[in-house]
Amino acid sequence: MSKIIEGLYYSDSHEFVKVEGNTAFVGITDYAQQQLGNIVYVDMPDTDDEVSKDEEFGAVESVKAASDLISPISGKVIEVNESLVDNPELVNKDAFENWIIKVEMSDPSELDSLMDAKAYEKACE
Amino acid sequence: MSNKYIPHTEDDIQEMLKVSGVHTIDDLYQDIPEQVILKREYDIPSAMSEIEIRKFIGGLSEKNKICSIFTGAGAYDHYSPSVINQIISRSEFLTAYTPYQAEISQGTLQYIFEFQSMMSELTGMPCCNASMYDGPTACAESMMMCVAAAKKKNKVLYAATLLLHVRRVLTTYAKFHGVNLVEIPEKDGVTDKSVMDSLLSVGDVAGVIVSQPNAYGIIENFTGYAETIHAQKAIFVMYTDPSALAVLKTPGEWDADVACGDGQSLGIPLNYGGPYVGFMGSTKALERKLPGRIVGATHDIEGKRAYVLTLQAREQHIRREKANSNICSNQSLMALYVTIYMSLMGPKGLKEVNELSYSNSHYVCDELCKTGHFSLVYKQPFLKEFLVKTDLPVEKLQKKLLENSIFGGIELRPGELLFCVTENRTQDEIEQLLNVIKSML
Amino acid sequence: MIRQYDKLIFELSKKGRQGYSLPQNAHKEYSLDSIPSYACRKAPLGLPEVGEFDVVRHYTNLSNKNFGLDTGFYPLGSCTMKYNPKINEEMYALKGFTSMHPLQPAESVQGALELYYNLNVLLSELAGLSEFTINPFAGAHGELTGLMVMRQYHMKRGDEKRIKVIVPDSAHGTNPASAAVCGLQVVEVKSTSEGTIDVENLKPLLDDTVAGIMMTNPNTLGIFEKEILEIAKLVHECGGLLYYDGANLNPMLGKCRPGDMGFDIMHINLHKTFSTPHGGGGPGSGPVGVRKGLENYLPNPHVRKNAEGKFYIDFDKDSLGSISGFVGNFGVMVRAYTYILSLGKENIKNVGPMATLNANYIKESLKDCFELPISGVCKHEFVYDGLKDKSTGVTTLDVAKRLLDYGFHAPTIYFPLLFHQAIMIEPTETESKDTLDDFIAIMRKIAKEAIEDPDTVKNAPHHTPVRRLDETTAARKPILTYKDMLDDDNFKA
Repeated sequence: MSKIIEGLYYSDSHEFVKVEGNTAFVGITDYAQQQLGNIVYVDMPDTDDEVSKDEEFGAVESVKAASDLISPISGKVIEVNESLVDNPELVNKDAFENWIIKVEMSDPSELDSLMDAKAYEKACE
Repeated sequence: MSNKYIPHTEDDIQEMLKVSGVHTIDDLYQDIPEQVILKREYDIPSAMSEIEIRKFIGGLSEKNKICSIFTGAGAYDHYSPSVINQIISRSEFLTAYTPYQAEISQGTLQYIFEFQSMMSELTGMPCCNASMYDGPTACAESMMMCVAAAKKKNKVLYAATLLLHVRRVLTTYAKFHGVNLVEIPEKDGVTDKSVMDSLLSVGDVAGVIVSQPNAYGIIENFTGYAETIHAQKAIFVMYTDPSALAVLKTPGEWDADVACGDGQSLGIPLNYGGPYVGFMGSTKALERKLPGRIVGATHDIEGKRAYVLTLQAREQHIRREKANSNICSNQSLMALYVTIYMSLMGPKGLKEVNELSYSNSHYVCDELCKTGHFSLVYKQPFLKEFLVKTDLPVEKLQKKLLENSIFGGIELRPGELLFCVTENRTQDEIEQLLNVIKSML
Repeated sequence: MIRQYDKLIFELSKKGRQGYSLPQNAHKEYSLDSIPSYACRKAPLGLPEVGEFDVVRHYTNLSNKNFGLDTGFYPLGSCTMKYNPKINEEMYALKGFTSMHPLQPAESVQGALELYYNLNVLLSELAGLSEFTINPFAGAHGELTGLMVMRQYHMKRGDEKRIKVIVPDSAHGTNPASAAVCGLQVVEVKSTSEGTIDVENLKPLLDDTVAGIMMTNPNTLGIFEKEILEIAKLVHECGGLLYYDGANLNPMLGKCRPGDMGFDIMHINLHKTFSTPHGGGGPGSGPVGVRKGLENYLPNPHVRKNAEGKFYIDFDKDSLGSISGFVGNFGVMVRAYTYILSLGKENIKNVGPMATLNANYIKESLKDCFELPISGVCKHEFVYDGLKDKSTGVTTLDVAKRLLDYGFHAPTIYFPLLFHQAIMIEPTETESKDTLDDFIAIMRKIAKEAIEDPDTVKNAPHHTPVRRLDETTAARKPILTYKDMLDDDNFKA
């Protein structure tokens, strides 16, 4: 059973978006980390990089698998989660707590095309 | 049906057909369209016994002329210790598969770990992979690594002083991979830094590839290269002769990001061009961008130290078209070859190899120049290989040398000959070379 | 006990020991000290200092921790682990071959050139194609080369639009990876439930942006692509070329040739079909063959024969370029050539049939305890989808590890991705019925253990030099060199 948090937005490639004003925290869901298994590395962009909706911005690797990270929104990366460099397993520990990038959104209306918690729960069945 | 490689007896076949649920062998191929089933024998020779094979293939080998080698150009006749062939022909090494089942492949995995460690020492690069096919393809992979690591840039600069066959492979890979490959011209036999600087200043370069020593055997001066290249956020790649790194400043010391080259100079026989062994090493920052197999150390469930293929998420079987490369294998047995070589030679031995090669080649160079018919093309320091200009008729000279079972003096440009003299040449062979040449004066 | 040996060569090092002998320097007047200091190595060289005997003992002990084909059966699907004949090794080692410098003038290497040329002719006949290059160093390298030939062909036609290559979703990972290196976009075509190409799914993908299709026949499940003639026709009609991944060529020897099926380009793995040893992961050789009309596009250098029957090295102006320093892994060619001449036309025609018989024999013998998703005749290999009875939670991985305890190398596992608990088995024609019977008995035993004593299987292997490894930490905190190891607390003695 995977954890799903109310109030967040979800993509069908299992990323979540937590919004605070015009800033978005983007990471992968609990369901995604379960599927991947023991995460060994998170390939993250640099600060000031641009991300675009539906485009790849990095990857998450486990021993025997790798999954691209697809951005649910567009904007500029203002922070990456440095603690994941040495401790990628934090994503396994708590996927929602350990977001991957913090983005200044360029088009908040993109959030409308994402799922809410209920819709995502249904999609995971 | 039986032959010494196919053990099935008629009884075996009958029993197996029954279990397989078919009547005849042909039933197993029913699903092949009639038009493509082969209805004749192959037009190839009749089976040869070992006696006939030895005669025939032995005969082919005798049509080749065994010479004392006085040239290099990317394939060096260095001393090959007797121990090595004995060990690599042990069938547990020779006939083993890729070490995917780590529990029964610790032999292979450990020697690769030792290979990585030694190549890291030699090149000064903290991360080395388990080997590539050869030097030129390792260089091409390094070029693609520059472009993959740079976000939007696809231009790579390369020195005109790289070996010709390396440049050929780079050009081919660049053409298909979509890399904009630009040559940095040479000046006085070395890379023209001022041209490199102006090319870099445009700001669209992903990487720069230079050679040490270069195709003329010359030791280049890369002072200032790392600073200029890194200022443009580009990757500094050095193509090197690993044997020479025992005495020459390493890519790590030059502050390069990637080192690559061919490990053939570490005692691998000439083998008419292969098998050799390519290598690649990088800084820690680029570790996960390295292509090829990589072995890491770990522990097993009982806490025993062990080795395993790691960082596999970069590779083709997991990432498919997003992999760092398509490479699926390495030249494992040849990596073992050079690992044993480096173990036997050690730091002292490798230094001596270079001392002897340096002395022998400088002696020959001076003796040739003393004849008055040879002169060094470039006034640059060299290690074991040098380019001389001659007024003697080159074709005649090469023919005379060959008649005396000497292969030396490759003509790089009209009248310009490349010689290489390693520690593997005896003084008698050296005197013979000089005498044959002097006999032409 | 030998198998407890656990030293690294660096740990045997003692200052002052040496394992080499070199002559005295006859020309001491020339010294390395003359090399300008800006170019001199300053860093110490941390290579081990050990005696010759230490080195021999060390690597001999390492070899005792290794399982080779000469040790036991490797039922690895897709790898064609057949016996590596020793006469091949004898020929490989002939001084007339090992001493040749790759740039020696043609007149002094006629034997080597003749061998290359003859092997080319033999492979062409066996493949039903016109000419081969034997320059590529491995199968994946051959794939890349073959795709470059495909692109060169279209470029020479002036057609810049053809940037896509079609690959079945059941394909080996090197196929899409090679396409990406070659600058081609990968378009996947869906398979049927047998892993064969679904022709109805293929048709809409074929347009004038397609350079060609990459496929293997039989496919990665050992099933023959019956629709191959139709597929060839469709791809050719849209202007594309067909590329054959020769990894699965073994069952075809004696029965069918890729060229006759309509393939335009193919690669062969000499280290699979033609018995050259795997060496722990190389050196191999991946020759690439082409049909008539494409020969000049093959990589340089070419080995050709002139009107007087003399062999020479040639650089063709229409060539795709170079993908190797010289002519490839020549030593490996010597082995493959020896093998083909040893078998001869009388025996090579039995290779495919006996390999196929072996595979079907095992498949039928174990289908009561392993899940057989595709019934019917297979070729040289087949797939089980794990144990028939999965109730105790024993996975394919567990079964594979337990096989190691019984002295067998595991089959290929978790490939192809079509079946989640895939076990792919390929018993080559060099394995006797007795070996297969032993293997069948052990697999049956393990299936029984999985029900009656699942923990033993889940915790296997028990009798190997090391047991299951911590691959997670190895990937999180990579320790790739001895130096890394010394710096890491987890490896303190």
